[in-house]
Amino acid sequence: MKALILVGGFGTRLRPLTLSVPKPLVDFCNKPILLHQVEALVKAGVKHVILAVSYMSDMLEKEMKEQEKRLGIRISMSHEKEPLGTAGPLALAKDFLTENSEPFFVLNSDVICDFPFEEMVHFHRHQGQEGTIVVTKVEEPSKYGVVMYEAETGKIQRFVEKPQVFVSNKINSGLYIFCPSILDRIQLRPTSIEKEIFPAMAQEGKLFAMELQGFWMDIGQPKDFLTGMCLYLQSVRQKHPEWLHTGPGFVGNVLVDPTAKIGENCCIGPNVTIGPGVTVEDGVRIKRCTIMKGSRIRSHSWLESSIVGWSSAVGQWVRMENVAVLGEDVIVNDELYLNGANVLPHKCIAESVPEPRIIM
Amino acid sequence: MLKAVILIGGPQKGTRFRPLSFEVPKPLFPVAGVPMLQHHIEACSKVPNLKEILLIGFYQPNEALSRFLVTAQQEFKVAIRYLQEFSALGTGGGIYHFRDQILSGGPQAFFVMNADVCSEFPLLQMLEFQKQHENTHSYIMLGTTANRTQSLNYGCIVANTETQEVLHYVEKPSTFVSDIINCGIYLFAPTIFQHIAEVFQRNQQDIQLEENSSWQRTEVIRLEQDVFTALAGKCHLYVYKTDGFWSQIKSAGSAIYASRLYLSQYHTTHPERLAQTKVGGPTILGNVYIHPTAKVDSSAVLGPNVSVGMGVTIGAGVRVRESIILHGAILQDHSCVLNSIVGWDSTIGRWARVEGTPSDPNPNDPYAKIDSETLFREGKLTPSITILGCNVSIPAEVVILNSIVLPHKELSRSFKNQIIL
Repeated sequence: MKALILVGGFGTRLRPLTLSVPKPLVDFCNKPILLHQVEALVKAGVKHVILAVSYMSDMLEKEMKEQEKRLGIRISMSHEKEPLGTAGPLALAKDFLTENSEPFFVLNSDVICDFPFEEMVHFHRHQGQEGTIVVTKVEEPSKYGVVMYEAETGKIQRFVEKPQVFVSNKINSGLYIFCPSILDRIQLRPTSIEKEIFPAMAQEGKLFAMELQGFWMDIGQPKDFLTGMCLYLQSVRQKHPEWLHTGPGFVGNVLVDPTAKIGENCCIGPNVTIGPGVTVEDGVRIKRCTIMKGSRIRSHSWLESSIVGWSSAVGQWVRMENVAVLGEDVIVNDELYLNGANVLPHKCIAESVPEPRIIM
Repeated sequence: MLKAVILIGGPQKGTRFRPLSFEVPKPLFPVAGVPMLQHHIEACSKVPNLKEILLIGFYQPNEALSRFLVTAQQEFKVAIRYLQEFSALGTGGGIYHFRDQILSGGPQAFFVMNADVCSEFPLLQMLEFQKQHENTHSYIMLGTTANRTQSLNYGCIVANTETQEVLHYVEKPSTFVSDIINCGIYLFAPTIFQHIAEVFQRNQQDIQLEENSSWQRTEVIRLEQDVFTALAGKCHLYVYKTDGFWSQIKSAGSAIYASRLYLSQYHTTHPERLAQTKVGGPTILGNVYIHPTAKVDSSAVLGPNVSVGMGVTIGAGVRVRESIILHGAILQDHSCVLNSIVGWDSTIGRWARVEGTPSDPNPNDPYAKIDSETLFREGKLTPSITILGCNVSIPAEVVILNSIVLPHKELSRSFKNQIIL
């Protein structure tokens, strides 16, 4: 089987992290976002993954060459010269997708969930129709496009964009499985699959919805990245509790790379990810944070709801909160307060940032 | 024989010092570890032949003040008495009212000082300067240089550059007059009372002329506007200019600044009051005062400019900079206190951050003074030091930024730029 992953865009919403690496390579819970998806696809029997990419593809290509070997699958790159929306990349990758007549997966690269690829195949085969989209339940459907479908069969009736009155709480989760015949509907030009292709398929009764069990999050921006981390760690707690770090000074779900060093009298957690080679000195309090590879958190600092990018250094008695995000190789001097600061890579911060802002 | 008078004001004064002045009369607020007034008294005790110090103010007699008087008399071996005004009489009215007390025993001269100033108190130099003028009827005021803009907030002195005679005096002018300002520290001869008496009599005549002037008591006399303005240019009043440190202590923020000045002076006057980094003790950066009864964990880092009061407990990994920690306060592990005053018996939880914004004078201008900032500007609380009143409790892990917390509050969350009633 094959899968097309829509990598696309510049990942501007996940800046400053995406100024250093393309979004799919940003570490989410100590693994690049893309690998969460690729590994789940491999587990479901996918042998060929096609990445629809547009920028920084050299870095991505190099990384994927290694993963190709490690996972024993084929990974192809499909380069967009101009943005093609969410449907155009299918037309661009047509040659790959029509190498055989099997159905193929399509997924947005921002999505983190319990990937239900095997169930999707079963559901799709059972329906015998052109396409299946996975839907997920959300609390505030008015922010999304909702999907209306027959409860028993899953047959999609229509889509309602940002409904003002409640019509449904199921939204498109960005995971699909299609028969190759869908490609006849798509031309090689910028096209939205959600707005232009799906409504037509639904009208013909050829599009079905499968409900996602378990968590789902679009982690395309820092705030949601952290929420997604909490959900992911909770699912790790259920499926692989042995991956989580426990012991005195650890609270709740905490993921710590074995090469990280944690000092004494710290209190870490709940919901913390600490990457490889990270040093956390004594007396540090961290909750609801991601600390990426090679960073150092100096003693007595306090971090909440923040992301510390690769190889950064946070000084002593620093307080970071309210979705403060440090890009790669940022230095925060001692005793500063960063409230919602978005710090671009390679900066040295010498003054507090008491209100959320971007530090160029 | 010499005497000194310290004008300590009263409870209606010093509102800019709230909420700290709720607990203790402002003149007793600790600056660099000792009551503000004690710095004045120490300076007086070093003047030979200075036999008595009179505190004049309108505080009701209270235990804190009485206790201070007893201990200060024992420590400095000088007679100290408190004279209570029946109401606020102004800087001249108070000394005029108690002129008999001041003159009893026949002093040749006496100092008058405002309690809310912080200074090197060059009292011996002022005496020497008076001697040079060989005129026992001359009055000396201490002056210092300010920058042009800030001079407008003070009494401004124009003096003869050779003789230093005061030619002109104006209090808080609206346009620039002089960059020499009045420090609120004077050396008077007994004849000064003749000049104050003239003002008193003029006031009485004015009151008889005006029917509706009952609000103005004849006894209310301001040294600055009423006496100095009249004396200027009449060969009696001289200014002794000092380059030593000087600051007003109007707001709580200026108490932290004044502490810094006095702590720095301790290198020469009281090296024993400055804490040192020792094996098994906390790390000390710059000038720090720690009361001998305070318990400070060896992993804490204090300074520069930190004063730690009696019975304070400072836990492991605590950081304190540019702050005053009043007696009985508890700073729990990993907490961080910057540019703040932590009130008596207050508690700061683990990993909490208590931070203010300093209002220090421009460090690049040697003549800059601290601005006694107004609390609000354009309807918004101006960022200032954080002040926790007495017995305030700050929970673990929160941040209190640029806020004033009134006494006996138990906070349950973070606060920024707020006054918490």
